Amino acid sequence: MAHVELLNVSKTFALKVKGVQRHARALDSLSFNVDKGEIVALAGPSGCGKTTALRIIMGLENASSGSVKVAGRQIAGCGFDRGMVFQHAELLPWRSAVENIKFGLEMKNLPQKEIDERAERFLNLVGLGHAKDHRPHQLSGGMKQRVGIARALAIDPEVLLMDEPFGALDSQTRETLQMELLDIHQRTGKTVIFVTHDLDEAVLLADRVVVMVGGHLREIIPIELERPRSDMRLIRSASEFARKRTMIWEALHEPAKPHELAA
Amino acid sequence: MSITETTTRAKTAKEQTSVAVEKAWSMPDWAITTVSLVVLIGLWQAAAPFIDPLFGSYPSQIFSSFLVMMESGTLAKAFWQSIQPFFAGYLLAALIGVPAGLLLGRYRVAEAALGIYVMAGYATPLIALVPLLMVWFGLGFAVKMVIIFLLAFFPICINTWVGVKAVPKTLVEVGTAFCAPQSRIMRQIVLPATLPYIMAGLRLAIGKAVIAMIIAEFLTAISGLGGIIINAANSFRTAEMFVPIICVMILAVVLDRLVAWLERKVAPWQSEIAGEHA
Repeated sequence: MAHVELLNVSKTFALKVKGVQRHARALDSLSFNVDKGEIVALAGPSGCGKTTALRIIMGLENASSGSVKVAGRQIAGCGFDRGMVFQHAELLPWRSAVENIKFGLEMKNLPQKEIDERAERFLNLVGLGHAKDHRPHQLSGGMKQRVGIARALAIDPEVLLMDEPFGALDSQTRETLQMELLDIHQRTGKTVIFVTHDLDEAVLLADRVVVMVGGHLREIIPIELERPRSDMRLIRSASEFARKRTMIWEALHEPAKPHELAA
Repeated sequence: MSITETTTRAKTAKEQTSVAVEKAWSMPDWAITTVSLVVLIGLWQAAAPFIDPLFGSYPSQIFSSFLVMMESGTLAKAFWQSIQPFFAGYLLAALIGVPAGLLLGRYRVAEAALGIYVMAGYATPLIALVPLLMVWFGLGFAVKMVIIFLLAFFPICINTWVGVKAVPKTLVEVGTAFCAPQSRIMRQIVLPATLPYIMAGLRLAIGKAVIAMIIAEFLTAISGLGGIIINAANSFRTAEMFVPIICVMILAVVLDRLVAWLERKVAPWQSEIAGEHA
């Protein structure tokens, strides 16, 4: 059974352009499934609705129509079954690294002892044991995002949702964190849905890439690279990598199909 | 480029940085402030021969008045009289102003229903209400406290309100994403994110409260530091009039520093981000 199911999810925003009330359709009948333990990338140009789709799955926004199910249950707002990693980490500036990781655990009302123990464990999982008491402004961009990932994982969600988690990082840090994410996924087997506009990243990390253009699903492209994908050099030189990267590129650049223009 | 050349360059660069470090020594802030005060008081004192003691005064004369008033105990008594309604009114303004500002900033209905009164209250010359307040609260402690409360309340409330509006939406979303109930989003995200604004409001309110305190003492039962000012002025004892004025100035500066210190205690990350030296 699919772990996450989107069925005909649409989202319309009301906005005012030069004083005139307009409706912008951010998502149009988006449907796809994500299996348990799978990594799925939502890829596409900015404004294609990929972030909106992720926010709807998280429950931060309501779909105008359609349904989202997680583990067979219709979602109603946010839940501890899903953990969110934000684009710019969004750590609370008054909390230290470890206290930021504790945030979700506190909201989950766990006993203090378990909060301390889990926060410590996930801090070490992302390799930040040495920066335990640092405040966010004392951390580099990559370290902040590590804390963001640890904060989401600490509540032990079934699904990890990531909104362009590595988009704001320099390329070396990005690669390191991509490898770490693959490693964490290998160990925990979490279902991961992440948003990206970076085609390399999509192919490198995902089992399937959902290509979106203008609020529509264009194509779902399976990536047949073996796991564990721990050797970056090997993967990047694999013919499958280049082929799938080209396929996604082509899918993005195809002229719009009739049903996409209808809306 | 040869190796020797590189090393020489590196060396010059190193020397330059060390020079820069030496130049970077600068006078501490407190020393600059002290020098500024000494210069001002010195100039004022130097101008003493040209000052008519009826129309003005100068530091040495004010200081001898201060000693006389300390000895007789009038100053300490007046100070104590003033400070009680001052703190009562100011604390009440903080206790009501902060929660009111949080509610106005967070809840649309509260903002739409009550925001207009807060803005109107801030813009109104509240001193105009003193005669009415005297009818309601008499001439003593209560009316003074209410006047101080009214003037201190608005800057605290409005600053908090503006602060809540400035909290990044994404930080609130972090709370939502981790299923935080409204009350905890308020306490653990909105309140800490608003603290710098609250502290700024508390600092602004000190100035307002000091003005309110003196005005209350002028217009209601003449008492306290304001009472000394008005009595001394009416009998042309100008030097004596300056003593409470300077006391009030010192009080305001000390309290401002105290709140600034408190801000660094409760919101240390703020000054760290701003790069302000603690």
